[in-house]
Amino acid sequence: MEGKVDAVLKRRTDAGMDRVAVGERSAVGWSRSPALPPGVSVKISGLTKEFDMGDRSVVAIDRLDLAVRDGEFLCIVGPSGCGKTTLIRTIAGLETQTNGTIWMKPPANRRPLTAMVFQTDSVFPWMTVEDNVGYGLKMQGVSKSDRDAKVQSLLRVTGLEKFGKSYPHQLSGGMRQRVNVARAFAADPEILLMDEPFGLLDEQNRMILQKELMDIWRESRKTTLFITHSVDEAILLGDRILVMTAHPGRVKEIIDIDIPRPRDLITLRGDARFISLYKQVWALLSEEVLRSRAQETPHS
Amino acid sequence: MNDTNRERQKNPSGLRSQSPREDRPRGDAGAGGGRDAIVIEAPPDKGGGNWGRRAFGRTVAFLSPSLLLVVWELLARWGAIDERLFSRPSLILGTLLPLLRSGELLSHIAVSLQRIVLGFLAGAAPGVILGLSMGLFPPLRAWLMPLVSSTFPIPKLAIMPLILIVFGLGEASKVFTIGIGVFYLVLINSMTGVLSIEPIYLDVAKTFGASKKDFYLTVAIPGSLPMIFAGLKLGMGTALLLIVAAEMSAAQAGVGWMVWRAYDMFDIERMFSALLTLAVLGYLLAILLETIERKVIPWKEK
Ligand SMILES: Nc1ncnc2c1ncn2[C@@H]1O[C@H](COP(=O)(O)OP(=O)(O)O)[C@@H](O)[C@H]1O
Ligand SMILES: [Mg+2]
Repeated sequence: MEGKVDAVLKRRTDAGMDRVAVGERSAVGWSRSPALPPGVSVKISGLTKEFDMGDRSVVAIDRLDLAVRDGEFLCIVGPSGCGKTTLIRTIAGLETQTNGTIWMKPPANRRPLTAMVFQTDSVFPWMTVEDNVGYGLKMQGVSKSDRDAKVQSLLRVTGLEKFGKSYPHQLSGGMRQRVNVARAFAADPEILLMDEPFGLLDEQNRMILQKELMDIWRESRKTTLFITHSVDEAILLGDRILVMTAHPGRVKEIIDIDIPRPRDLITLRGDARFISLYKQVWALLSEEVLRSRAQETPHS
Repeated sequence: MNDTNRERQKNPSGLRSQSPREDRPRGDAGAGGGRDAIVIEAPPDKGGGNWGRRAFGRTVAFLSPSLLLVVWELLARWGAIDERLFSRPSLILGTLLPLLRSGELLSHIAVSLQRIVLGFLAGAAPGVILGLSMGLFPPLRAWLMPLVSSTFPIPKLAIMPLILIVFGLGEASKVFTIGIGVFYLVLINSMTGVLSIEPIYLDVAKTFGASKKDFYLTVAIPGSLPMIFAGLKLGMGTALLLIVAAEMSAAQAGVGWMVWRAYDMFDIERMFSALLTLAVLGYLLAILLETIERKVIPWKEK
């Protein structure tokens, strides 16, 4: 009990609920600064994130540099624990970096800067599916009638239209994850952040959702950062793949996926370009996975 | 209960049993050639399913107290327990029914019920508000928690004389006695409710640009409702315990007062009548709270 209280306290003070309003993200330091080159939507320079654990500290990200192109779908892969989640949480303003700067393209009109699909079940149990999906819009002050149209269209796309009035506990895990994705899309952010959104789904659901995601994304061409542990998924979805190094996280390499869209995993699997990309990414990734294994100690 | 569980109950080792020859094979395929087959059968349907189970629950809920009354009656009649001290159900009923018919009991119930409801509200309302606030604002929690922790364990009976001095002999002292007992339970539960909200929901509120007010209304309060209700239910139980204490002195009516009055007169049947009334009252109030809970928290998993 005591530990849990402390955890909540710490989160509250760390990620303080008082810096939530869009446009006040001073800690993240987005600005219209000329440092943001044309065609770039997020620029990260020398980003370091250190977690203070009392007696010791963990460097999750170490001097990371990155430029995310405007409207690109960037997939992020890396060994587990290398700092992928920390990277996008910092971009989302949920963590404050220890060092370095993030520049972000200011959102057009009242759109939020970022919206996030979390790795774990994060759908509010106390709201209906509709209210969950419309949550971001409601927080932006969009009226109920304007919200409804958008919510219904997203429920249709994600195949949840019959469940709008249901509560999350009446849904399967896969359906809840669809709500999670729909909620982020409904908020219509400048930048979409997705943390292994399909990681917990079974293969059938994953394939259907990947296709749905591509359908929605192709319409909006939103700048998207998408973390995945699946090389298949990264090649299927991404314009580029960012391979991160083992802990502490840095950019190991960025690989262009020059396969035209729409892509389809079944035909892709027989494609020579797919196979060579797969080998290339896997070679880089496995190197880092082995390094990260070598770091493992009996303590951690 | 799902099938796997049933299967495990039948066969705790979790291993499929090698069935002996006389086992009935599923279909006819396995039996050919006369070799032993591994048979996995559905457990026999005990009938009723969900409905049956609920009806069973209701029957037991009715049977178990009835059985207790029967045993009590028999033991008293056989002289196994002292009838002068413990009476017996039929004698109690003989006192209870006239009390009920004359309306005397109902007027006592009305008096006590009013005290319980007022005391409950007087304790629960500030309990919820202060508990939520202490959960939400760490400085407030830091200041008030030591006071709450140190005063909570003081037995309410121990401060009865003080309450009487401060609040006088009228209704206020009774309402306060009940209120103070309810207050602590509701406060502690409401605060814990806020603090045990999964941190991920804070992150969600934050990423979607919730203001502080939005956060309270869409996350903190609904997220702590289940714990708040747990506190209210505990509080209601305590209110019924405290009504007897509150009506011990300086009262002229009430079910609790009936208990003490009957004790003074050594009228055991009357005392048991009052106790029984309290039990039924507690049961009905608990059902009322559960009904409200189901309305207020439709998303709670059953
Ligand atoms: N809140 C935290 N407190 C302390 N250490 C953390 C915290 N979050 C992440 N870390 C550490 O930072 C490193 C990177 O974690 P994370 O970003 O979750 O990795 P990934 O998402 O790539 O698996 C890990 O070593 C992890 O233990
Ligand atoms: Mg992660």
